[in-house]
This record gives sequence, structure tokens and C-alpha cells, in this order.
Amino acid sequence: MDTILFLAHTEADGTLGKAALEALGAAVELKQPINGTLVAAIFGAQAKAAADFIASCGAQRFLTVEGDEFSQPRYATDAAACEALIRAAGATIVIAAATSRTSRVLAGVAHRVQGCVDTHVTSIAAVSGTITVTRWFYRQRIEGSLTRSHRPWILLLDPGAHAAWQGAAGSATTETVEVPLPDALRRTTVRSVVTPPADQQTIRPDANLLFVAGAGWTKKQKDGQTHVPEAETIILDFLRNSKASLGGSKSLVDLSGENQAALPFMGHLNQVGQTGASPRHPKGLSTCCHGEEPHTVGWRFIAERRAINLDPNCGWARGKADVLYVADAFEVMTKVNELLAAK
Amino acid sequence: MNQLFHIVVCASVVPDPLQTLEPVTGANGPSLKNEMMLPAILDPWAAHALYEGANLARQIAGSKLWLVSLAPKAKLQQVMMTAAQKVPLQLVAVDGPCGGFVDAHQTAALLAAAIRKIPELDFSRLLLFGGWESASRSAGVTLQLIGEELGIVDQFQGVDAIKPQDDGSFEVLERIEGARHQVSVCTGPPAVLGWATGSLGEPRNDPQVGMANMRSIMPALQRATAGTIAPDGLQYSNVAAPKQQRQTQIVKDKPADEIAREIVQWITQE
Ligand SMILES: Cc1cc2nc3c(=O)[nH]c(=O)nc-3n(C[C@H](O)[C@H](O)[C@H](O)COP(=O)(O)OP(=O)(O)OC[C@H]3O[C@@H](n4cnc5c(N)ncnc54)[C@H](O)[C@@H]3O)c2cc1C
Repeated sequence: MDTILFLAHTEADGTLGKAALEALGAAVELKQPINGTLVAAIFGAQAKAAADFIASCGAQRFLTVEGDEFSQPRYATDAAACEALIRAAGATIVIAAATSRTSRVLAGVAHRVQGCVDTHVTSIAAVSGTITVTRWFYRQRIEGSLTRSHRPWILLLDPGAHAAWQGAAGSATTETVEVPLPDALRRTTVRSVVTPPADQQTIRPDANLLFVAGAGWTKKQKDGQTHVPEAETIILDFLRNSKASLGGSKSLVDLSGENQAALPFMGHLNQVGQTGASPRHPKGLSTCCHGEEPHTVGWRFIAERRAINLDPNCGWARGKADVLYVADAFEVMTKVNELLAAK
Repeated sequence: MNQLFHIVVCASVVPDPLQTLEPVTGANGPSLKNEMMLPAILDPWAAHALYEGANLARQIAGSKLWLVSLAPKAKLQQVMMTAAQKVPLQLVAVDGPCGGFVDAHQTAALLAAAIRKIPELDFSRLLLFGGWESASRSAGVTLQLIGEELGIVDQFQGVDAIKPQDDGSFEVLERIEGARHQVSVCTGPPAVLGWATGSLGEPRNDPQVGMANMRSIMPALQRATAGTIAPDGLQYSNVAAPKQQRQTQIVKDKPADEIAREIVQWITQE
């Protein structure tokens, strides 16, 4: 019988993040069809309070690793904590959310417990009693399901791929797992987190809309001139009015990086596509972007897609968007801003 | 004073992203249709790691850089024709399968074994570089596994910068949620750094660098040992490239006002 371990870290404020609760939802759902037992394990600051928050999830045991040294997201201590928790639980299946913190360590941990790992998992199911997971290959181009006979098997579930667990808080009986901390695990110190200034905070993972700007915003327009300052104003106004998240094509992001006359608020983190992000939003609006395959693979998780492009034969026209407006994005987005501002 | 680094960059080859990829399933599990015929490139994020590594090696006298790659030899040779023109490097090649469906655990074991055999490599100076995710498996696990195999417990993923300090330590910037960076300081090598984009553009092709590199790359390819990877309990099903085609409605000759109204209505409705 499989022992399913839900493994999570607390956030800086001691709570469990949404992605962690989604992973818990998947773990709870898997328990019954494989007739498994559920154990919950939490590491990081205020792990006990987080265990109380999920006290009614049906876990047979609640394991924690706490202490200042485990509050910082650092490979050496996080890996030691996760290894100890997996061993203490006797886990055969480990389900965790694919946060930056778990993604940094859990493959290494799989190696330590002689297990195996799969990341960017988008679904976990029991098919005739066999645990089967789905993930994408070749950056969202090919989807496949897989099973592994090897245990323990660690699964990192992508955020947004499962409904979050909901239930009542209570008082969990926790077992504290002690993790030895030799100096060799303290060679790295997390110093700070750099957050872009509020006015440049253009990436909003929870936004309803992804707004993508392409290199066309910086190209010569029908008057033979570039209009980069206008582009900048239009885009920033739109982001302010719509609360959309800003994405960029590689061409535009690279131009900005090379300090050419480009958009200063556009950085590598905005890039969508093959070598950028694949964000999840209900809607996406592309402007002045050609919609080539290495860009549009990053749109895999965007449900409704519209594009504005002067070229009726651009990539978006070939089945990549639901609606392509063949129009001048400068004109259309200026009007859009007027309408939004009047609301 | 900065201390020198021995930088090992792990990078494989992947199909050019402009190609259409179609999966086929054979006796050994899934692979890509015409996989050996598809034009290939150096895996993009790993290529950034290579450029960042070469830049670091150039800045700190006495540093060395190796490129370790597990790929079918013929494919690797083809990719090296361009990759070798970018930065000075020494190639360590392992001849074996690479691709989205090849198991990362065994890949990592083969790469770790190849790294261990590099004669001049000083492990106490080692910075193990690579892409934080490949364009094939896109899993972000191989480097961690190699790091563990080599006993390295200081690891960083989604790296955009490394800044060596005068005391031999270095600062690392890692991408984390919400478009933020986590800043850490590590007392020194050995460490694993899985790179995101970094901050350097792609270097121009330099035929002289290419020629100098080729003198050692060709023998390295000839020396490449063969590595095999077995399925080991891993089984795939339903591997498919889902239909991505949408019925695109192409709206032409509509005044900007009307389009704007339609867009506003669309983005504001639930
Ligand atoms: C290894 C590799 C990885 C890559 N990774 C990525 C990636 O992650 N993300 C990515 O985006 N790309 C990626 N690419 C690059 C990709 O192939 C394209 O080159 C890139 O997406 C093009 O960007 P663009 O569409 O913004 O620019 P362009 O191709 O220059 O297109 C500009 C568009 O703007 C339109 N336009 C101009 N003015 C207006 C106007 N006034 N109104 C409306 N439309 C206008 C034009 O019609 C044109 O379609 C990658 C390529 C490679 C080889």
C-alpha cells in the first residue's frame, strides 16, 4: 500500500500558499483510489500553525521541521529537511507544489532517498489502480502520461493544475522531525529578495489578462518613424487601467536588454515562450507580435486568445488565436485606454 | 582577490524550436518523428549558462571551462560547428541518447561519471553550470541530480547573475515567484548553478575561436564513450501533440473604435 506524503513549505508569513493547497487537493484525491494512507509534512517558519490550518485534511500523521535555519529557502537546509521528512514518513509517493523553493531541491532529494522525480506535473490520477501522471515535453508542445514502478516517486504539481484543498482548520498533533545541521549546510545565506519597484511591477500571475507586447511597438510605423515613447505610454496606461500582466516577445525583451530605443520596463522575466515563461491566465491579448511558434508555445495555458497585428498572415492567423484584429495596435490600444479610463 | 573557478557547463542539443515536432512510439518508448534528421541547436538556457561561464572564466585569471554533453555524436558534431564559434571551451562528449523522453536520472549518472573523469578538474573549485530547464524534458532536475551525485549541497536554480566577491564568496540571483529575485551569498565553490537567461546576449560567431576549439573538439568527439539508458520502470502512454489549431476569426477593415469597444467588452466580461 502506498503512503502518500503531502510535502510543503510555509510562506514567509507562516501560511501555506495557494499552490501548496492545490497539491494537497491532489494528494487527498489520490488517497482513496489507490487505497493509500496520507501523511502531511511541513517545513519552514511556523510549520505547526500551517499543520493546524490543514488539520482536517485526513492525514494520519503531521510531521514538521521548524527553526530559523529552515525558514530561508536554501538548498542545503531545505534538502536536508525534505529528506528527513520523506524518510520519517516512509513515503512511497510524495506530492508537492512546484514552487521555486521545492523545484530547487526535490530532484536532489529524490537522489538521496534513491527515488525518482517528475516535475511540471499537470495531473495525477489512478488509472486502474496505477498512478499515472501527465506532463508536457518539449516546452508545451507534446503532452504525455507516464507511470513509474520505482519508489519513492516525487511529484511536483504545477500551480493552477488542481483545485485547492478546502477544509476546516483545527489542532493537528504534530511530530517534530529533528534535522542535524553541520556547518557544511550553512555555506549559503539568503540575504534578500529583490522586488521590482511598484511602478515597474508588471508581472501579475493572478491577473485575468495577459497582455503581450511584441517588437512591432518599436518598429517604424506607417509614417516611416518609430514611436517608442508613445508605445511606452500606451502600454503603461493599459496596464494601469486593466491590471493585466505584461508579457513580451523575445525580440522585444532582447532589444530592451541591449539598451536600444526600447521599453525600459520590459525585462527577461516578462518573456513568454520557448525560453521564457508559460503563464496561466484566462485571457491573453497579443499586440505587435508576430505569433511565431517559439513565442506561442508560451501561450499553452492561456484559454482565450486575441491578437492585434497589421499583418493578416501573421502566425496568430494560422490557428493560434481565436480572434485576429488586422489593425494598428497604436490606434486600437489608444482607444481601448480611453474607454477603460472612462469606466 | 578572486579565486579561480573550474566551470563545467552541462548542455545538450535540442531540436530547433522553429521545427514542428511529432511524437512516434517505438519499441523503446516515445521519440520524435525523424529525430535524427531534425536540425538541432544547443539547448537555449544551457547556452546562456555557457556564455555566462565563459564570461566568468575570462574575468578571473586561471579559470577553466569545460562543456560536457550527452548526445548522439553526429548531432553534437553538427551543433558544435556553430556553438564552438561562440566561446573558448574544452568539450567532453558522451555518445548517447538525449531528448524529452530519455530518463533524467540515468542521464545525470552518465554526466556525473564523465565529469569525474576530467583529469585537470579541481572539485574544490567547481562551479557546475547548465540550463535550469532543458527545451526537451523541461524538467529542471538533471543538474540537481548531478550535483547530488558529486556531493554538492549548494545549489541554485533560475539563476540570472553570479557576482564573485573579493573574499572568494559569490552572490547569486535566482528567479522566484512574482517576478522577483532571491539574493544569496555562498562562501565559495563547489556549487551548482542552473541558469535562466542571465544578462549576456548571444556572442557573435568568431571563426578564430571556432578553429581553436575545433582542434580539441574533434578528438573529444572521437574519444566520446558510449552511454546507454534503459527505461528502468518508466512507461509512457498517450504521448501526443494535441491539436493546437483554433478557428481563427480574422477581423479586417473594422474601424479602430469598434475593435477597441469589442476588446474592452471582452476583457471586462467575466
Ligand atoms: C532558440 C530560440 C528560442 C526562442 N524563444 C523565444 C521565446 O521564448 N519567446 C519569443 O517570443 N520568441 C522566441 N524566439 C524568437 C521567435 O522565433 C521570434 O523571432 C520572436 O518571437 C519574434 O518577436 P516579435 O513577434 O515580437 O517580432 P517580429 O517578428 O519583429 O514581429 C513584429 C510584429 O509586429 C507587427 N506590427 C508592427 N507594427 C504594428 C502595429 N502598429 N500594429 C500591429 N502590429 C504591428 C508586425 O506585423 C509583426 O508581425 C526564439 C527563437 C529561437 C531560435
